[in-house]
Amino acid sequence: MATIQPIAGENEQHPDVALVERVRGGDVAAYDTLVRKYERQVFRIAQHITQNREDAEDVTQDAFLKAYEKLDQFQGNSKFYTWLVRIAVNESLMRLRKRRTGKMVSIDEDVETEEGSVPRDLADWAPDPEQNYSQAELAEILRKTIQGLPQGFRVVFVLRDVEGLSTEETAETLGLSVPAVKSRLLRARLQLRERLTRYFRKKNGLKESGVEK
Amino acid sequence: MTCTEFLAQLDELIDNEVTAEMRADLQEHLRGCEHCEVTLNTTRKTIEIYRSHEIYELPGDLRERLHSAIMARCKRGC
Repeated sequence: MATIQPIAGENEQHPDVALVERVRGGDVAAYDTLVRKYERQVFRIAQHITQNREDAEDVTQDAFLKAYEKLDQFQGNSKFYTWLVRIAVNESLMRLRKRRTGKMVSIDEDVETEEGSVPRDLADWAPDPEQNYSQAELAEILRKTIQGLPQGFRVVFVLRDVEGLSTEETAETLGLSVPAVKSRLLRARLQLRERLTRYFRKKNGLKESGVEK
Repeated sequence: MTCTEFLAQLDELIDNEVTAEMRADLQEHLRGCEHCEVTLNTTRKTIEIYRSHEIYELPGDLRERLHSAIMARCKRGC
């Protein structure tokens, strides 16, 4: 389940700010609290980008270490979580570059597609379609489906819809404009919807054929 | 309102970022357009399903191992 950060009011201090200040003052235990709070999210984002478990483990470690080293550079004007996610995204992309030596890897990759920008498959879904699959089958369907999205769409969808960042935070994290995030988000949502229809369409009560393993 | 115009507002509608006036126009379109209704409902469901299912779980033992490795290196000053 995604943890969505409660948004503090403008005059309220986010609890992370106090933890960051304690870490800056030499309190390593306060960093332990921050790591525990966000390690699952960082790991998940790294998995989504690298699509490789070992890389995601390395990225998680490297991102938290880099954040620790650079904590002096953290400006209180953005949330610690957003700042950390930005580091994790960059570390993930660096990891991909290492893996695919010589190949450019960026979040702008493959986004010039028109696929899915207009819905074609308009079949309705079965009610509660996920009930037709076991948890493991469903997780496999969801993984395969999201992995098929272009990187630049996938990252926007994951940050905005799964991890609960705002459009502005997603833009800031990825170094994109707000209109670019909005355009990618719409296409990501529509493409995922289209691809999931293959599994979830209403079929006269018959279950869609199983997941290829 | 055409289907293309409806689609252009789809995200704003899903994210509750439309004005009351726009919402009324969108609802008016939905009343007569089954395709857009299906698109709206299944897109909402798509988001909900990705939000509510953990597809890259961090197992407890791996989490502990990662956590210890991070903290050990931080304590050494990285």
